Amino acid sequence: MRATGRKVVIFVGLLLVWEAWTRLYGVSPLLFPPASTVLTAFGRSLANGEIPGFAFQSLKILLTGMALGGIIALVLTTLAVTSRLGGDLLQTLTSMFNPLPAIALMPLALLWFGLGTDSLVFVIVHSVLWPMALNTYAGFVAVPVTLRRVGQNFGLTGWRFVAGILLPAAFPYILSGVKIGWAFAWRTIIAAEMVFGVAGAQGGLGWFIYQNRFEMNTDLVFAGLLTVIVIGLLVENVVFRWLERRTVLRWGMTTGH
Amino acid sequence: MHAVNAAAATSLLHVRNVTISYPTEDGVFTAVEDVTFSVARGERFVILGPSGCGKSTLLKSIAGFMGVAAGAIDLDGHTVQGPGPDRVVVFQEFDQLLPWKTVLGNVMYPLRVARKLSDASARETARRFIGMVGLDRFADTYPHQLSGGMKQRVAIARSLALDPAMLLMDEPFASLDALTRRRMQDELLAIWEATHKALLFVTHSIEEAVLLGDRILVLSGGPGRVRRILENSAAGHRDSESASKTKHDVQALLGE
Repeated sequence: MRATGRKVVIFVGLLLVWEAWTRLYGVSPLLFPPASTVLTAFGRSLANGEIPGFAFQSLKILLTGMALGGIIALVLTTLAVTSRLGGDLLQTLTSMFNPLPAIALMPLALLWFGLGTDSLVFVIVHSVLWPMALNTYAGFVAVPVTLRRVGQNFGLTGWRFVAGILLPAAFPYILSGVKIGWAFAWRTIIAAEMVFGVAGAQGGLGWFIYQNRFEMNTDLVFAGLLTVIVIGLLVENVVFRWLERRTVLRWGMTTGH
Repeated sequence: MHAVNAAAATSLLHVRNVTISYPTEDGVFTAVEDVTFSVARGERFVILGPSGCGKSTLLKSIAGFMGVAAGAIDLDGHTVQGPGPDRVVVFQEFDQLLPWKTVLGNVMYPLRVARKLSDASARETARRFIGMVGLDRFADTYPHQLSGGMKQRVAIARSLALDPAMLLMDEPFASLDALTRRRMQDELLAIWEATHKALLFVTHSIEEAVLLGDRILVLSGGPGRVRRILENSAAGHRDSESASKTKHDVQALLGE
């Protein structure tokens, strides 16, 4: 609690320095608007539903991509633990594609899927699939042999064994894979939206930032960046923290990772 | 003599000329060679031997986790071909409980998946066996909050609740401190008195073997062979005269 207090003090201090600097030195608001202007723009844009709409669009595509990536990761890792060929396949694929930045695939995505949501989802799937698959696989491999035998002893085989024993036993690893996947995906979606622009009626946060730069609404550019930061912090410190408290912390399974 | 005949008539487990070997980096390793014995219904049967004599390997084969290279293992007239809930294992390791389930959840889970009980009857059965090992107050506790002895109690309750044909125990008390271990042995005896469940118990402790086993199979080391199967009238009693006699016999066998 005291650490949180100190961080709040630092945050407020930074805002004050920002405000004082822009005002005292007469920095052009077109280049670097004062903190108060940015916060006002942020509040206004939040109230009129503009920022929530764009953020919702980004999150929708991101969650679609993460869900798809998660399913593919699960299929790949199930194959990897059930056959040697599957294991080799997963290791080859991850070592090939993990170092490849998702942004680098955007020209291909444009070629294959055109300007639209599909291209964005494709890029997100790529950015989350490999870290999630790697972590899930590591988690499956790390399941203690005793626990596996307990599952076999109960007569569990095939999919029921994976769902009843392997998945929950590997959950700490899977959760940390999802966290890494989220962090990659959130950075990627914002960048990708700047390239793809608006697909259909509603664009995402990346598009919001890009478009406002074009129109020289620098305060809204800052407000957009602030939204990216706030959502990132909320997901990491509220959503994932809550998930951890309900699962790995309650189960005493935090030593794994 | 009469007891032996009765035992043969109601024999439950037959292990006939079993050899177990598996490949290692230095070639094929034979853990157990030509072992034959049988366990009667309601009997407490102990396999005793030094570390590395293959006694745990033998238990793993009876449980179905490992195949045999030669011979056969029959339970209730059926050849053992894989693991199954008719032979439930209590392991030495504390991580045999599912950490993501409470004590109640751990005992209920196999009842649901292996015996296909309804939620309500699984719950009722689970509560009864949790009560039997004295853990009523801990039904909603997660395993990581339990002591080692309590974890082993849960594992025993979970196994018994499944109502297997026999209970396989692989040095279940070896990781416990001496006092807890003593208490757990007494509790196991009391549970056996209440259930008369056939028990196959593996240990390297002579003391434990003599306390728990109606009969004691003494395995010699590397590869494990049957040294002798001893009748033990001292089972269930600590420090009796016949117990020290059996201990003496076992020590002599292991010393040879």
